[in-house]
Amino acid sequence: MIEIQNLTKTFGTGAEAFTALSEVSVTIRQNEFFTLLGPSGCGKTTLLRTIAGFVDPTSGTMTLDGADVLASPPYVRPVNTVFQNYALFPHMTVAENIGFGLEMQDRPKAEIKQTVGEMLELVQMTPLANRATSEISGGQQQRVALARALAPRPKVLLLDEPLSALDFKLRKEMQIELKRLQSETGITFVFVTHDQEEALTMSDRIAVMNEGQILQIGGPKEIYDHPAERFVADFIGETNFLEAELVSVDGEVAETRLPSGKTISTRAASGRAGAGKVTVAVRPEHALLEPPGALIDGKLENIVYFGTDTHYHVMLDGGARFVVRRQNQPDAVEAYTIGDAVGVSFNPGVGQVLRD
Amino acid sequence: MARSRSFDVRRQAGFPAVAITCFILLYLPIILLVVYSFNAGKSIAIWEGFSLQWYVSAWENEKVQDATIRSLIIATCASVIATSAAVMAALATTRSPKFKGYSVVFAMINQPLMIPEIVTAVALLIFFAMIKVATGYTGLWYLILAHSAFCIPFAYMPIRARLQGMDLNLEQAGADLYGTPWRVFRRITLPQLWPGVLAGAMLAFVISLDDVVITEFVKSAGQDTLPTYMLGQLRRVITPEVNAISTVLLAISVALVIAFYLLTKSGKPKQGDVQ
Repeated sequence: MIEIQNLTKTFGTGAEAFTALSEVSVTIRQNEFFTLLGPSGCGKTTLLRTIAGFVDPTSGTMTLDGADVLASPPYVRPVNTVFQNYALFPHMTVAENIGFGLEMQDRPKAEIKQTVGEMLELVQMTPLANRATSEISGGQQQRVALARALAPRPKVLLLDEPLSALDFKLRKEMQIELKRLQSETGITFVFVTHDQEEALTMSDRIAVMNEGQILQIGGPKEIYDHPAERFVADFIGETNFLEAELVSVDGEVAETRLPSGKTISTRAASGRAGAGKVTVAVRPEHALLEPPGALIDGKLENIVYFGTDTHYHVMLDGGARFVVRRQNQPDAVEAYTIGDAVGVSFNPGVGQVLRD
Repeated sequence: MARSRSFDVRRQAGFPAVAITCFILLYLPIILLVVYSFNAGKSIAIWEGFSLQWYVSAWENEKVQDATIRSLIIATCASVIATSAAVMAALATTRSPKFKGYSVVFAMINQPLMIPEIVTAVALLIFFAMIKVATGYTGLWYLILAHSAFCIPFAYMPIRARLQGMDLNLEQAGADLYGTPWRVFRRITLPQLWPGVLAGAMLAFVISLDDVVITEFVKSAGQDTLPTYMLGQLRRVITPEVNAISTVLLAISVALVIAFYLLTKSGKPKQGDVQ
């Protein structure tokens, strides 16, 4: 669908040059909900704007359905954008906004009217068709922006942090709504966000970006359970990092020796060298709190109650901190107190050896 | 947060006196001018009763009619030309990436505001004299072009301000939705720019209508505009006819300002009606 190869974008020249995208390569598939996730300034919006045609890359190639589109101006590309601040035309009504793209494509009047009607229906805005865009709420403006971008039936819909301006409850609703629209229309969605939870709940695949590079591409579960790099593991959810030594690697299974001297099998990216110091990432909810004598021993430093779960902060004997998260059960009696000697363990295959 | 009293300029010592003096200096002469335009006598200083005779006399004065028509033609043409040029200049200076020599261009557009008018007038007089000799044309276009030139910065400023305040995303959204640059300009930029264009055109119109110095230098024989006619009259006997003409000009200016205010106000989307 969209094939991006070695895309680089540098703003400015000389000492002031800033590389927003550095050798980015990614393939976005037909009918996919693809998310670009990263902190602000990571290059995700620049990548989105390059696909839309508002940014001219310094080097690299990009094809859409096999055709080179880099030379085409935005108004030729079969790609539409939902802008972060919606960018609704203030001098047009809701219906006129939605029909604008079709009008610019010189579609017949009857067809425009019909499509606008369908779009209003799709986003449940039919009763407000003739309102001015300033007379509707933020959530409604969001729906109009979506309908406007979907009306010309683009091959790809680009969404630039479209939910960031909405309050929490509305954001949750719109997440479900977006997912529904994507499956109903069958259009490829490329979604930009810095909100990891949003990315995990909505995406078919996620590309995690930092400093102009894509660090990892994969499904939400893959990204969460098997982060390839320290940045990915850190940015998405909470993670414990353990210094360890690689004993042996067999395909994706790596035997690692922890500072406690015990060895455990963990996952590693295939093709990894079989020796040296490594970092192993373990999610707090994948670890268990046990009596001393477990995989790694330590001292319980703090217990933090969160309602749905409880966090146990353990100071490991090697000097590192480790958090274990346990789901709360009704009427459970707290078995540990702060200061107890405890042990931490996790199952084979749970830990992930990170790329350096 | 309570407003700090010490920062309220109206409470500073002497503020009322200064303010009142300024208002008197600004408006008292104008009020007197308007009042004496209704004088029944021939004097512009001694009140002899109410009458509309000077308005009638100005209305029936063929020279006034002639000068008025000429003033309106020049002001209309000049404001249209200046506004068109100003729209293009404003687009070029706000919608293109910063180019080399940007500040030079910006300064050149606003040049007529900084160069003494008399210098421009003399320069134009000499320049147009050369063209007149070469072509033999002595029509109104010299005045229209001269007025267009010095009206451009006045038209440019409100248009540029409006363009700068506009959301660039809107134009990008237009391009994203298959609008070619020209169609985006016509359907997205221009409709929102309209109040700025109107403001620029009205300002240019009033400035052109009011000009004396450049017109006096550039005009050919028999090409009096209303202000130069009035100036000519002052050299002879001053009658309240001049007051009457001035009052009408004042009324036109005030009407234009009010019209502009109402136009831009109704053009704004109503906010806060629903949600």
